[in-house]
Amino acid sequence: MSLLEVKNIRKSFGKLEVLKGIDFSLEKGQALSIIGSSGSGKTTLLRCLNFLETPDEGTISIDGKNIFDAASHNKLSDNEIRNNRLRFGLVFQSFNLFPQYNVMDNLTLAPKLRLKEEKLTVEEKKLRSEKIDADAWALLERVGLREKAGYYPCQLSGGQQQRVAIARALALSPDILCFDEPTSALDPELTGEVLRVICDLKAENTTMIVVTHEMEFARNVSDVVMFMSDGVIEEMGSPEDIFDHPKSKKTQLFLNKSLETF
Amino acid sequence: MGFWEVTLSLLQGLEQTCLIFALTLVLALPLGLVISFGSMSKFKPLAYVTKIFVWIIRGVPLMLQVIIVFYVPGFLLGTPLLSRMTSVIAAFVINYACYFSEIYRGGIESISKGQYEAGQVLGMTKSQIFFKVILMQVVKRILAPISNEVITLVKDTALARVIMIVEIIQAAQNYAAYGLMWPLFYTAVFYLIFVGVLSLLFNFFEKKLDYYKV
Repeated sequence: MSLLEVKNIRKSFGKLEVLKGIDFSLEKGQALSIIGSSGSGKTTLLRCLNFLETPDEGTISIDGKNIFDAASHNKLSDNEIRNNRLRFGLVFQSFNLFPQYNVMDNLTLAPKLRLKEEKLTVEEKKLRSEKIDADAWALLERVGLREKAGYYPCQLSGGQQQRVAIARALALSPDILCFDEPTSALDPELTGEVLRVICDLKAENTTMIVVTHEMEFARNVSDVVMFMSDGVIEEMGSPEDIFDHPKSKKTQLFLNKSLETF
Repeated sequence: MGFWEVTLSLLQGLEQTCLIFALTLVLALPLGLVISFGSMSKFKPLAYVTKIFVWIIRGVPLMLQVIIVFYVPGFLLGTPLLSRMTSVIAAFVINYACYFSEIYRGGIESISKGQYEAGQVLGMTKSQIFFKVILMQVVKRILAPISNEVITLVKDTALARVIMIVEIIQAAQNYAAYGLMWPLFYTAVFYLIFVGVLSLLFNFFEKKLDYYKV
């Protein structure tokens, strides 16, 4: 069974239909890259998966468990929605770190707030809180920013901020980590460090969905590439299929334009 | 009338000034937040009613509002008059809360949507997002406009004399009735010191919040 099953996701903003029925599945440990021109619906799809937008139709299930069904979504309590959305992590294009907290607190804020809500003894809470700190240190190690734990976001470079944002998303151990154009807001010389972290995650078998304009990265890192155009999946397959033998005219046109060099 | 005697009676007036100032701040700062939530409410009727209320309160001179609160309930309802001080505080609190509410609204709406979304995808509740993520950023953004209002409030307290509260200006004017003018000009010194201390205080807060950028 696939880890993620997305069926017939549709989303309109007013009269504009942005997603026109999206179906796909993703296996555990796979990395999916979503490519396509601006306005093709890639970001909206990612936002639907993270419940930042509510699809008008369709279902999303993880591990066979239905976590979203447009038909019954309104009946879910806020708490259920909160728990369901934690199956996904999201790294934003513009990082969105919390500026008033240092790096460490950015990582531990949400896990500690969740801990507060749980009914545990003081002793248990203390242990869990220490565990959250230890996990955060390990995550900072993984993204190579252990020595920046006490820094504030404004003291970090864009690449470092994005690495913190990745660690922050991982701190809640999501089943699937999503990236929304994680390097688009970065200076060219800073994209490498972020892409390297994502490659490392891939090597550790993290299940990922990456919306990206970095074609080389999509080709080299992902197991599956999805080309979206005009609110539908135009073509989906292995990187070789999509980049070397694209079947659809639209895919060919897009790739020709994207890979154009000057 | 010696210098010290005048100073002493001006200080007594200053006590009233400080009382109006402090009570207004303590009550209007939180009330302003409530009003700002009203004007930003997704429930449109509430948002409209709040906006009309803010328009009226900001559109009518504060001096007139003080007079209205003090006299009108008695005229209309025949209820006993509120005490002078209660009336002044009520009028000031409502008036300043409306100004504060607009400053809060501007501050809250200036925080990027991404901050809310980051909180959401991390599984935080709406109130956690507001109090743990948004509020501190809003405080930093609104510190300068709030300090402006607070400094204006110091001087607006002089309006209380319209219903015969003997604050510092009225205390000085009592001497003018006997042809003694200098105490009136002397009050400026008290205001300057008051506002000077406040300015230092706000500078201190601004420095305190300097460690992060919004």
